[in-house]
Amino acid sequence: MIHPNPLLRWLTIAVLGGVALVEVFPYAWMVTTSLKDLPSVTQFPPAWIPYPPHWDNYAKAWASGPFLHYAVNNVIQTVGILVLQLFFGCLAGFAFSKLRFPGRDLCFLLVIACLIVPPQVRFVPLYILFAKLGLLNTYTSLILPYAVSALGTFLIREAFMQVSDDIVDAARVDGAGTFTLVFRIMAPIAKPTIIAFSLFSVVYHWNDFFWPLVMTTNDAVRTLPIGVAMLREEGTGARWHIIMAGSMFVVAPVLLVFVVAQRHIIRAFTFATLK
Amino acid sequence: MTAPRTGAGGPSPVPGRRRRETWLGYALVGPSVFLFGLVYLYPVAYSAWVSVYTWDLVTEARYVGLENYRDLWSAEFREVVANTALYSVGVVVLSQGLGLVLAVLLNNRTWLGAIFQASIFSSYVVSWVAVSLLWIWLLDPQYGLVAYLLSLVKLPSVNWLGDHRIALGSLVLVTVWKTIGYPMVIYLAGLQAIPGDLYEAASLDGAGAWQRFRHVTWPLLTPTTLFLLITLTVASFQGFDIVKIMTQGGPVTSTVIYVYYIYEQAFQYFKLGKASAAVVVFFAVIVALTYLQWLVFRRRVHYAA
Repeated sequence: MIHPNPLLRWLTIAVLGGVALVEVFPYAWMVTTSLKDLPSVTQFPPAWIPYPPHWDNYAKAWASGPFLHYAVNNVIQTVGILVLQLFFGCLAGFAFSKLRFPGRDLCFLLVIACLIVPPQVRFVPLYILFAKLGLLNTYTSLILPYAVSALGTFLIREAFMQVSDDIVDAARVDGAGTFTLVFRIMAPIAKPTIIAFSLFSVVYHWNDFFWPLVMTTNDAVRTLPIGVAMLREEGTGARWHIIMAGSMFVVAPVLLVFVVAQRHIIRAFTFATLK
Repeated sequence: MTAPRTGAGGPSPVPGRRRRETWLGYALVGPSVFLFGLVYLYPVAYSAWVSVYTWDLVTEARYVGLENYRDLWSAEFREVVANTALYSVGVVVLSQGLGLVLAVLLNNRTWLGAIFQASIFSSYVVSWVAVSLLWIWLLDPQYGLVAYLLSLVKLPSVNWLGDHRIALGSLVLVTVWKTIGYPMVIYLAGLQAIPGDLYEAASLDGAGAWQRFRHVTWPLLTPTTLFLLITLTVASFQGFDIVKIMTQGGPVTSTVIYVYYIYEQAFQYFKLGKASAAVVVFFAVIVALTYLQWLVFRRRVHYAA
């Protein structure tokens, strides 16, 4: 962007600024719409700034379904998946990087092979399996299919390989058990990788629509993305002020985290996929 | 591999300790391997098995051989493949091209550049559900913001999602809008890996900005370009949420893309055999693309050596 030619420099800023505006302005539109009332939603030309702002749209959206349930389920799903992924990923990552045993490389190859099996390949057979076991509409059907992550295991193994063997040996000599060694000593050293992977996983599963859509038909286990999508099916006509207010329930937490940890998140997404 | 190792390195001197390490290894890896087998590999095998049956989950499954695969050659399915190809090509070409332009403009970071980068990337982390709902509203032919902006410049309103000739294109544009930040940051990472003295040398040789791009930047970005080409293609094949929320495959069947087709076959028509055959083909394509990527990157290592 630092260009010797001032004309080109301003042109660059104009192009980037234009694209940034196109990317960000729709969110502003989402917010203004969420504060309008029905007559001003269907007003043409549209009003830019709603006056007076109808904050109660958020309460109406929240009350138009069991949104507390949806939100709690979303947190249980996202946190449950992350905790299991890190637990299994750290244990397996440790064995793959610091232990020697017959079949180790074969097992690791099997894990790597799972990198290329996307959810879109797994959902039909797992739906059938969970249906047979009576596990549809349970947290199990939401969490178990993601309890292990090939990407996470791979990244944690890479990070653990950088940990010096002297540290492992010293901890052993001091009498540290395997769990202490993995979670108290190795995991903190691999913190940058673990944080990057966690951000990646949390953003993905918080937003996930596809998996809960397939596995749930019941409000008791439905998550926020499903609840928000249903706002449109329930309502009559153009109640976009309510739908936009409801969308903020999914969007706001992610954007908030993004604003605070923007650099870490961008790093997480480039790093997690470039490895 | 410097100091003598007791853990991962050479043979351990004590046999008892070695045996303990083996058992510990199995104990730690075992649960993961079991779960990977259950939720990743079993589904692939099970799909292949179900794909030779006709089955609706309720009545007895009936063996039909390769009939489900033959059914995939129907006109209906060919339209799905064509829709998916159009959607993918549109998304990959546009987002990769735009991503490269943005990355080149953003290189040499300033505080303003950092703000632009964050703004453009933000949509990538926002839920597809919210983005799809937002764009139905923005593209509303009657009250939408886009219709209003078009009317300001005296252009007629467009039925973005209701016209079967346009709807798929609209989905491409929304997808590019949402995902453009990803190729941008990947290209930026690629650009930052190019040593600055190459540009200085090119400048000394009298190369202008375009020539520097053409002869230094572009060739050195080839690995990044190939990586993105494959990754974005695979990602676009997986598109589903946007169709489910914005168009449900319509108008008519003009926006039914691959995964949405599988979903419809399985959960609306309960044709699990046919859906599984489509899953198997889908997986085969992903394996082929991944193999291609592996070939390319193996060659790249050879070049580097």
